[in-house]
Amino acid sequence: MALETLIESLPSLFDGLGVTLLLTAFSIILGTILGILLATGRSYASKPIAYLILLYEKVLRGIPLLVLLFLIYFGLPQVGINLDAFTAAVIGLGLRSAAYQAQIYRGAINSIPEGQIHAAYSLGMNKLKAIRHVIMPQMLRLSIPGWSNEFTILLKDTSICFGIGVIELMRQGRYIQVRDPGLVLVVYLLIALMFFILVFSANKTLRYVEKKYQMAGYQTEAHR
Amino acid sequence: MTMLEVKDIYKSYGDVHILNGVSFTMKKDETKVIIGPSGTGKSTLLRCINQLSPPDKGQVWLNGEEITNPKSNINKLREKIGFVFQDFNLFNHLTALRNVSIGLEKVKKIEKEAAYKRAMEELTRVGLAAQAAQYPAQLSGGQKQRVGIARALAMDPDLILFDEPTSALDPELIGDVLDVMKSLCGKVAMLVVTHEMGFARNVADEIIFMEGGVIVEQGSPKEMFTNAKMARTREFLGRIGALYGDEEGG
Repeated sequence: MALETLIESLPSLFDGLGVTLLLTAFSIILGTILGILLATGRSYASKPIAYLILLYEKVLRGIPLLVLLFLIYFGLPQVGINLDAFTAAVIGLGLRSAAYQAQIYRGAINSIPEGQIHAAYSLGMNKLKAIRHVIMPQMLRLSIPGWSNEFTILLKDTSICFGIGVIELMRQGRYIQVRDPGLVLVVYLLIALMFFILVFSANKTLRYVEKKYQMAGYQTEAHR
Repeated sequence: MTMLEVKDIYKSYGDVHILNGVSFTMKKDETKVIIGPSGTGKSTLLRCINQLSPPDKGQVWLNGEEITNPKSNINKLREKIGFVFQDFNLFNHLTALRNVSIGLEKVKKIEKEAAYKRAMEELTRVGLAAQAAQYPAQLSGGQKQRVGIARALAMDPDLILFDEPTSALDPELIGDVLDVMKSLCGKVAMLVVTHEMGFARNVADEIIFMEGGVIVEQGSPKEMFTNAKMARTREFLGRIGALYGDEEGG
């Protein structure tokens, strides 16, 4: 009986998994684009802009994700901004991830010797070209390890969007739990396993990408 | 005809006065060597010329255009002024070939194929054709610096500024870099900050001795080494000669 319910429930779990993946994909894209802009701005824009970015990072990193999601989903309608749960979740996850990712990119930018910018200028590149052709390609390569970390955190934190009613993996699990409380342990173990497999394979893939795009001289492991 | 004119350059960092009114001129394809004690503002002077650190006061003119004028297009002017750095500053994510071609591709907007071809010619000129596909981390210091020179040459500059190009190199690697520089003599104007007295003596059309942010004396190598007017110049050349050796003679 219980097993039957479980098997019947599996498709809904996979639906939830699909939503979780979409949530992760959209919010990591938002977080990455915004994070790169923030980091570049903080390093190369004028002082007031750099300061505003700093403020943004501090605030977004200082608020619990659930609070941020509640603010966006339940709070914003009071000022006339109505978002569906999924969109609110993507925005919340993406904005917060951007604040953390900006730190990663800024660290990478700081590790590129300043002389390379001078060399770019002395070839006649303007600031934008120097950033695009000299800083950006190195920054992205150097950021892969930190980005992998942020990616897996984001992936796992999608489960918090349960709190604003996104019907993702956790919410589907909760539905099964309500229908058949006897399955609670199995269902959440199953969900845990799904997350674990996702994180594990993401890490493997990103490690491969990291190695593939490694710059000569920046190998992170000693040759054995 | 005067190609570069440096007029009364002043530069301070905070309260520290680095340059206190430096003026000199350079003709087309001339080689000038700047010598002087550390902290005298030699490197700062080079950076003032291509505006990497704009001077506080004074003017720099290249081919009749004022570089120091805020209205002039500094990026366009910098294409005409190569810069070779003490610590190379190669782009670590690019091969030797692309380090040389990137300026052609992204600044001069030359097509990839043509840019690579030109870059290969420059690498061949500095003796590094075989290293074209290697990354900076895979090159020796001397090779890196020769890539740096090739990178500057590829842009067809009127003038190349060399900021102590051999100071970061192991002694046995210095020769290769100096040989490349010698081979450029008379083909492009070079302004070289260096402690290599052999190079100064044999290659320079004129030596400029700087101290305390001003030019103390300038003249042909012969005058400077055998007949310097200022006691300070004689003292410096004597000391540096003993330290670095001018075994190449003159």
